[in-house]
Amino acid sequence: MPKQTFILNGKPVTVNVNDDVRVLWVLRDLLGVTGPKYGCGINVCKACTSHLNGKAFNPCSVKVGDLRKNDKVTTIEGLPATVGAKGEDLHPMQEAWLELDVAQCGYCQPGQIMAAVALVKKVRREGRDITEADLDRIRNVCRCGTYVRIREAIEKGARAMR
Amino acid sequence: MTALEHDPQATQHEQPEAPEGGLGRRGFLGWVMAGTTLVVAADLGLSRTAATAAIPSLPQVPEIYDLEDLQTDAALPTANLVTVTINKDGTASFALPRMEVGQGIVTSTAMILAEELDLPVEKVKVTLAPARPELLFNQLTGGSNTTFSTFTPIRVAAAVARRRLLDAAAIQLGTTVDRLTTTGGIISDTLGNTVTYGDLATSAASQVVEAVEVLLKSKPDYQVIGKPRNRTDAREAVTGRKKFTTDLDVPGALPTMVCRPPEHQGSPKRVRNRARVLKMPGVTHVAMVDTGVAVRARTFGQCIDAIRELEVDWNRGTVSGESDQTILAKLKAQELPMVVPQVPVLAQQVDTRFEFMFRSSAALEPYAAIADVRKDRAEVWAGLKAPIVAQGNIAAATGLRPDQVKVNVVTGGGSFGHKLFGDHAIEAATISRAMGVPVKLTWHRVDEPRQGRLHPMATSRVRATMLAGQVLSFEQRHTSVTTDFSHGLGEMITSLADELPTGLGGLGFAETIFTLTQELPYNFGVVTQLLNEPLEFEDKFSTGSMRNIYSPDTCVAAELTIDLMAKKAGKDPMQFRLDHVKNKRVRAVLEKVKKEGSWGRKMPKGMAQGVALHKEYKGATAVLVEIDCRPQTVGRDLGRETYTGPRVTKAVIAVDCGLVINPRGVEAQMQGGFMDGLAMTLSASNHLRDGRFLEASWDNYFYTRQWNVPPEGVEVHIVDPGSDTPGGVGEAAVGSSAAAVACAYARATGTLPTRFPINHGQLRFKPKSFVPSLPPSPTDGLKKTY
Repeated sequence: MPKQTFILNGKPVTVNVNDDVRVLWVLRDLLGVTGPKYGCGINVCKACTSHLNGKAFNPCSVKVGDLRKNDKVTTIEGLPATVGAKGEDLHPMQEAWLELDVAQCGYCQPGQIMAAVALVKKVRREGRDITEADLDRIRNVCRCGTYVRIREAIEKGARAMR
Repeated sequence: MTALEHDPQATQHEQPEAPEGGLGRRGFLGWVMAGTTLVVAADLGLSRTAATAAIPSLPQVPEIYDLEDLQTDAALPTANLVTVTINKDGTASFALPRMEVGQGIVTSTAMILAEELDLPVEKVKVTLAPARPELLFNQLTGGSNTTFSTFTPIRVAAAVARRRLLDAAAIQLGTTVDRLTTTGGIISDTLGNTVTYGDLATSAASQVVEAVEVLLKSKPDYQVIGKPRNRTDAREAVTGRKKFTTDLDVPGALPTMVCRPPEHQGSPKRVRNRARVLKMPGVTHVAMVDTGVAVRARTFGQCIDAIRELEVDWNRGTVSGESDQTILAKLKAQELPMVVPQVPVLAQQVDTRFEFMFRSSAALEPYAAIADVRKDRAEVWAGLKAPIVAQGNIAAATGLRPDQVKVNVVTGGGSFGHKLFGDHAIEAATISRAMGVPVKLTWHRVDEPRQGRLHPMATSRVRATMLAGQVLSFEQRHTSVTTDFSHGLGEMITSLADELPTGLGGLGFAETIFTLTQELPYNFGVVTQLLNEPLEFEDKFSTGSMRNIYSPDTCVAAELTIDLMAKKAGKDPMQFRLDHVKNKRVRAVLEKVKKEGSWGRKMPKGMAQGVALHKEYKGATAVLVEIDCRPQTVGRDLGRETYTGPRVTKAVIAVDCGLVINPRGVEAQMQGGFMDGLAMTLSASNHLRDGRFLEASWDNYFYTRQWNVPPEGVEVHIVDPGSDTPGGVGEAAVGSSAAAVACAYARATGTLPTRFPINHGQLRFKPKSFVPSLPPSPTDGLKKTY
């Protein structure tokens, strides 16, 4: 069986699995990294949103064989370390989520937070701030309907990410 | 009233003016249990007297123990106990016989315990109890009832613990209880000596069971209850550490999915290529069960690939050949007649009729369960709101006795009524038994709207008669596809009233529940609201009680009609409602949204305000919205399979839910409930065509997305009625939100929408394949990064 190697949350990992298995299942079923959630498997609900080399991606839609050995996959578990947070410290976006008590059932929230961080970085690359139109285009489903607090938290988290 | 006098009409605690420990406030009986650390208990049935007021919200313990009987009898606990344990590290533990699905009951329960224990909330550990058959009907999470039904028993147990700790402290510090105070888990005497709950956990323990009488704190003394508090599991949620069913690591429980029939509730006849599929990468087992063909593999992705390869002959479903139109026609034929004749002399009449489409109650976490079924025992892990019923069903499905089945309740990724049923747990157990190995079952997203539980299709007719500006009568006739109440709510009703018909497949239950949940909050003369669920639909559809059950539909029909009545009377819709509200509590919430939402402010053409009111769960909710139906908004193009439509730009909600435990939790439930109501009116439905439901994705089933969220926010105002007892909040916002949006839409467009959701008429997506039953997993994710 082929060996698949990539960098997961800062550490190289190798898994024996066929090329065509999607990254989501490699993370969840083989590596036991369960922060990214399954909500549809067809890149619609975005509950699995994680980062690939710092950009948002949906591991349900990427074959593990398409990852290169230097590709950096970051899941919610590895998010704090991307800003150098130590121990129990969190990423500013996670802190904003806590302050606004965004989560209800919590199932979509890892994906929401990863999407939010990537969105803030994207608009920064474009040299601008987040707009209502940006928030409107976030596709992550929250069936509990925490959307209003998600919008508030993103704006708060974005300010803290400066 | 003497300390232990039992007043069957007043279970809730009494007046605050009574002196501490003295006459006038009623005592409650709890127990100290035998144990190595302090374990205390209270009877869950303490809530039962209040429970008789509204049955569907309120489980009732059938074994009636009244306090005096118990006193005389013996200090032996009943089977219906909830226990609180004081641990040596100074924390308290409690296993809640309810299910957390995001509604915040773990947090509010910890707050209630902390209040009565005088312990910081952080030191109260609330977990979910596994199925406890001895609780009978008292382990069902539904009807927004948790806090209402557990408020008193939980406080009694905590008060017993505190009392017992004080007794132990008095001995240790060589003083008397009346010289001691408790703060934050520390007991102090007048000299400044202190001892912690943890220090006393062992010495306060008892070797025998003892009955203890306690008084509860009064509202003016509350330190924790009523103060906003963030969720106790928030950190777990934002770090990805919160564990849902499929996140659990049960040895040997490999990923398992099911290849499901094309038709709704079809079944497999034959698998043509089992041997070939068994050879596919990662696949370990293929087994045919009643609901489809199950595949177990090393990863879920390999289950999906295998399901796509399976060749299965299928039996027809339960509604083969039927479509939305044929079911609607059958409903129409069964509508009950009105009593007041059409157009009586001199009177004015408003006659309306509305249709409500099927809707999916699926949560974001699809149905999932882990099952390990052996010859002589089984263990199941799942999100279950009625775990005792599931336990019985699993036993029946696996040929085991209920006591051989252990059911672990796992915190759920949403429910909305969907997890009242144990479909997923029963299916996982059936598959595990068939394969002879443990399984971790997940439904694919596609399976949820096509085969999962649905809000039933219904029609609602209303006839209102007015004479010279006075409303003489208001009749509502709701006709619905059968709502399945076999999750336990039905049995609960049977247990309460022997005379109810029980052999009618839920018909008696449904009508009882309808009657007990519908309360028009207006003085409209003779009011009748009746439900008919024709027998011909029984078992045809997989249905259930989606969040707020009948009320979103009945409220939309009633409130739209009320707007027409106001128009006929020449009155402003808000004023007309205020002129007819039944009592102070509903008036207060309506006045609140009128003020906070600036009712009557001028809006551009194509935009309008709408208002609606709903009374249920021992409270009332008023919602005022502003909607934008201008073409440039309705036609916003945000890409493929993105339904935009009219946009609610702002929502203002006023809620009276009795005594508020956690205002922040109430706000979350109001905002979330609003998103449900918004979707039910504007966008979310299932289309039935030739016995199949077409929806298979969140881009087909248009539940509210960010682009539908009111950009100016959803404001929540809590109106305090000064009550001593909590009401229910989990569902309280849905009906009035759905109705306010409908009324605003009607006013903005100058039309009367009669079918909900309003976008149902036009199919806005290309249906995914039925054979194979699952779409391919995408491979283009690298092109969609941002």
